[in-house]
Amino acid sequence: MRVETKKKLDTLFKLFLIVTSLSSIAVTLGIVIALVEDTVRFFVHPEGGGFPTSLIRFFTETEWTPTFEIKKIGIWPLLAGTFLIAFIAMAVSVPLGLLIAVYLSEFASHRVREAVKPWLEFLEAVPTVVYGYFALLAVTPLLQCVLDKFGLTMEGMNALSPGLVLGIMILPFTASLVEDSLKGVPQYLREASYSLGASKLRTAFGVVVPAAKSGIIAAYLLGMSRAIGETMVVAVAAGMYPNLTLNPLEPVQTITGYIVQVALGDLPFLSFEYLSIFAAGFMLFVITLIFNLLAVYIKSKIERY
Amino acid sequence: MNYKSWEKAFNIAGILAVLFVLTFLFAIALKLFIDGLHRIYDPDFYLSYPSRFPNKAGILSAWVGTLYVMAGAIFWSIFLGIPAGIYLEEFGGKGKIARIIEANITNLSAVPSIVYGLLALGIFVYRFNFGESVLTAGLTLGLLMLPVIVVTTRESLRRIPRSIREGAYALGATNYELVFHHLLPYSIGGILTGVIIAISRAIGETAPLLTIGALTFIAFLPPPPWEDFLGMLKSPFTVLPIQIFNWVSRPQEAFHKNAAAGGFVLLVLCLLLNSLSYYLRYKVRKKYQW
Repeated sequence: MRVETKKKLDTLFKLFLIVTSLSSIAVTLGIVIALVEDTVRFFVHPEGGGFPTSLIRFFTETEWTPTFEIKKIGIWPLLAGTFLIAFIAMAVSVPLGLLIAVYLSEFASHRVREAVKPWLEFLEAVPTVVYGYFALLAVTPLLQCVLDKFGLTMEGMNALSPGLVLGIMILPFTASLVEDSLKGVPQYLREASYSLGASKLRTAFGVVVPAAKSGIIAAYLLGMSRAIGETMVVAVAAGMYPNLTLNPLEPVQTITGYIVQVALGDLPFLSFEYLSIFAAGFMLFVITLIFNLLAVYIKSKIERY
Repeated sequence: MNYKSWEKAFNIAGILAVLFVLTFLFAIALKLFIDGLHRIYDPDFYLSYPSRFPNKAGILSAWVGTLYVMAGAIFWSIFLGIPAGIYLEEFGGKGKIARIIEANITNLSAVPSIVYGLLALGIFVYRFNFGESVLTAGLTLGLLMLPVIVVTTRESLRRIPRSIREGAYALGATNYELVFHHLLPYSIGGILTGVIIAISRAIGETAPLLTIGALTFIAFLPPPPWEDFLGMLKSPFTVLPIQIFNWVSRPQEAFHKNAAAGGFVLLVLCLLLNSLSYYLRYKVRKKYQW
């Protein structure tokens, strides 16, 4: 091949690489355009009351019924459901994740670690709809049985059971991130602690965990963002009723659950219902983006040793 | 209690926590297996279309649909992901564009999957007029897989020592010769593990396909691609996780059995893919030791 052709080929090759890289930017732009444009259309739609009114209603009304005859468009019930389930999930995931991560990184032998790791990865590969099945048909009946003993009645659809399952579901993800940041703590800090006479446990929780705290917080923020954006478990097991409540025994609906519910029906393009899932999706996108950016920011503050 | 017994107690707590999580995994598999036992062993289950009668309903159109959609997803994610990974790792340097793309990919990997579904509905279905088709679904899942593939491509390239690149350039290789003759052959194993991991996640993905209106009652198969390629791309479809979701959200218990059987098939598929990638990673680590 002549040198000139080779040079031309090389330029073409580099151009191809750059164009494919830019496709990821196009995806982000596509997401932003789709969400923003239809959210704006939602707020100027006459059925929502036109521009300033609809925005005020969005943040002041306490019911969310864009698909009903009488349309209420207060986002709070969906937000309450979303955060209720996410907090239940974090209540499981934070202590258990920290325990497992500290155990695997500081205490477990190499053999145990190598044996456990693939299984934790398996757990991450389980399809979410399967988790949903398990939450609805195994965890909920079990909880109902247990709570019955305490005189509490739980409905078939509730926030507690998908929340607990979600907590276990995001556990491998958060635990491995926490473990990574624990591993990033240099060995000499541990050795210094030992030489001062501290026990292994004291070293782990008094030195290693505090030294890795920015990484740990970032891991939990990302876990939270996952719990907020998770769809199938809550769509199957949490119910389809937007409910402004903090009672975990009642059915609730999350933002993602609402999108699924509406998307299951046949939507006329640009109808009010169609636009409402984009407004809800925009809200979801912004919330998860805040958590992700916060995680990146906190991680950038990581202590350097 | 002295510190030794505290330490022992913590060790036991750690082991218990790990065991609890693993028990959870086995409990899921067991529950699906027991609930779906009848259907799992029934060959008709794999060879029938969905039906109003739970005992006659099957997953034929679902698994064929999964096959078509995943083929599209693999094509798009490899076509866009591997070159992007090569660019960012080898040629992007510390330039501004590369940094922006990098931050963007990090952010994309944390975007909830249902938002990809809204992207597909708003852009692919209505603005590009691809319809609620195999093409849209493949493209959507492909984009969902993209960040994983970019990251693993970069990681496997990073393991190749500098001297290889310098050697190739010293002998007058162009960039594409360097990539096709050296970098790709040495890193393809590592890239493949990433692709398989991404497939195992995408295959169970339900939410982004629900929003583009994947139908659950499909009593026909898309035309085979060797007869009518465009017809295949434009064909409506259903996939396994959506069929499962449809069955589990029905009130009749008989349909729950079908959901369990379908879920078990999907679970086994995902676990097989995961073990394959694990095995491959182990092989690759042994093959190239720099």
